[in-house]
Amino acid sequence: MKKYISTGNKDTRSGFGVGLLEAGKKNENVVAMCADLIGSLKMDAFVAEFPERFFQAGIAEANMTGVAAGMTIGGKIPFIGTFAAFATGRVYDQIRQSVAYSNKNVKIAASHAGLTLGEDGATHQILEDIGLMKMLPNMVVINPCDFNQTKAATIAVAEYEGPVYLRFGRPSVANFTPENQKFEIGKALMLNEGADVTIFATGHLVWEAIQAGEKLAEKGIDAEIINIHTIKPLDAKAILKSVKKTNCVVTAEEHMLNGGMGDSIAQLLSRNYPTPIEMIGVNDTFGESGTPAQLLEKYGLNAENIIKAVEKVIARK
Amino acid sequence: MSSISELKNIAKHIRIDLLKSISEAGSGHTGGSLSSADIFTALYFNILNHKPDNPNWAERDKLILSIGHIAPVYYATLAHVGYFSIDELQTLRKLGSRLQGHPGKDHGLPGIELSAGSLGQGLSVAVGLALASKIDKKNNYIYCINGDGELQEGSIWEAAMSASHHKLDNLITFIDRNKLQIDGETENVMSLEPLADKWKAFGWEVFECNGHNIEEIINTVNTAKTIKNKPKLIIANTIMGKGVKSIENNHKWHGKAPSKTELEQFISEVY
Repeated sequence: MKKYISTGNKDTRSGFGVGLLEAGKKNENVVAMCADLIGSLKMDAFVAEFPERFFQAGIAEANMTGVAAGMTIGGKIPFIGTFAAFATGRVYDQIRQSVAYSNKNVKIAASHAGLTLGEDGATHQILEDIGLMKMLPNMVVINPCDFNQTKAATIAVAEYEGPVYLRFGRPSVANFTPENQKFEIGKALMLNEGADVTIFATGHLVWEAIQAGEKLAEKGIDAEIINIHTIKPLDAKAILKSVKKTNCVVTAEEHMLNGGMGDSIAQLLSRNYPTPIEMIGVNDTFGESGTPAQLLEKYGLNAENIIKAVEKVIARK
Repeated sequence: MSSISELKNIAKHIRIDLLKSISEAGSGHTGGSLSSADIFTALYFNILNHKPDNPNWAERDKLILSIGHIAPVYYATLAHVGYFSIDELQTLRKLGSRLQGHPGKDHGLPGIELSAGSLGQGLSVAVGLALASKIDKKNNYIYCINGDGELQEGSIWEAAMSASHHKLDNLITFIDRNKLQIDGETENVMSLEPLADKWKAFGWEVFECNGHNIEEIINTVNTAKTIKNKPKLIIANTIMGKGVKSIENNHKWHGKAPSKTELEQFISEVY
């Protein structure tokens, strides 16, 4: 098992903040809006550096989404920031019609996604956002795993032409991917080559997959671990290549099973290469208050449960 | 530039062609298309600074249609002003057509800035365009056409708030105030009045005009342009179904298409 070392815990939303500032420096057409959550989204540095390119939307997400669509017609590249729950569900119709169907170059920056939002509870812990966004034609869906990758992803989506949903989170988590990495939209990242099982993970669950991989190695199980940072477009070629070698799959994500990354992979495999699959995710229930670690444990989204799923799926081969 | 009498004649032909296209399609929104025909004529044939042979000209004035259901008048106007051929109007709502039932940006029709149909979104987009023009210090104007029933959508008021917050004096919005929506009179369905006071309270400069008097529409826009530091709203008082006497002010014609027989009668009535 390849060794991964965290350089210290950092939040992915701070990766977005740093990435946004850098994207702003690279291209003067990059502009930003926020719905009264500048501090939470870590957009402060961009606001300070480019006050004339930042627009406070107030608590009015529907308007913010439409305004961003309009700015793209004027040649701008707007990043709109708010919590994932409000960035998607609240404004689905605006995204669907004015952004996706109109094919506008809007970047939806969605923080505090998933259970790891923690104590605020289920109103804010959206677990359906990936599903909502991946169903929209023209929409790219990205869920990076740590600070460095979120920064790189932010810079990359600014350079990509078209609507993007960029999902990240609140808690400080292990920062283990390379600093100043190049982020390729739609390209699955091989983290560990293995022969016995493929673990596909996204977002915060990638680090859990690595922890699981180390423990599995101690048990003599050789797990291939792949980071699916782009859920749409899915890297079908890389996924099929791996699964044809390992012949069994575990998916892991901080999202509802319905509509998540695992759902996309299961569909791909059932149509092209039917394979035993176990899926780690939230099973048709809302979240609740608690610390991120408590919630990941209660809902079964951690290394321990990935290990159990691997053992189960290998037995099904 | 066309004279007022020429513009009136153009509006008449736009009405005839939109009726033909809806009838050919067998479905579509007749009432609102007719009520907006004079506003569209004034905008596309006089007010807008645009180039039909170069739809993406960067310095163009931009118009956002928020009420996508009046696509027939939008398409008929765009065709008459030269964005595409008038013959193409006969493809409205047909499989493979660029003239979707509600405007779709990605279907290749020139002159379309945005997909529209679900109500209450266009004004926000117009605000974004106006902001982008301000950033780039452009002198162009952004126009938006809203319906009156649509003002019941909360997102409209989010947009209204933001336009005045940002002092968008390059934004001019029309309300096609025909006072009717699908289920009846706006004041019975969900009252909008006092409409002008509401917009004034949101920080807009408000004008009213007869939405069927092309000269008055043009003069109102010219006056509106002299007002600085605030967005401008023009309440254009109109009549649903205007131009075809037998269906004027009848909300049953909001979303109904004329049959072949009705079409002949309506065309003979157009004034």
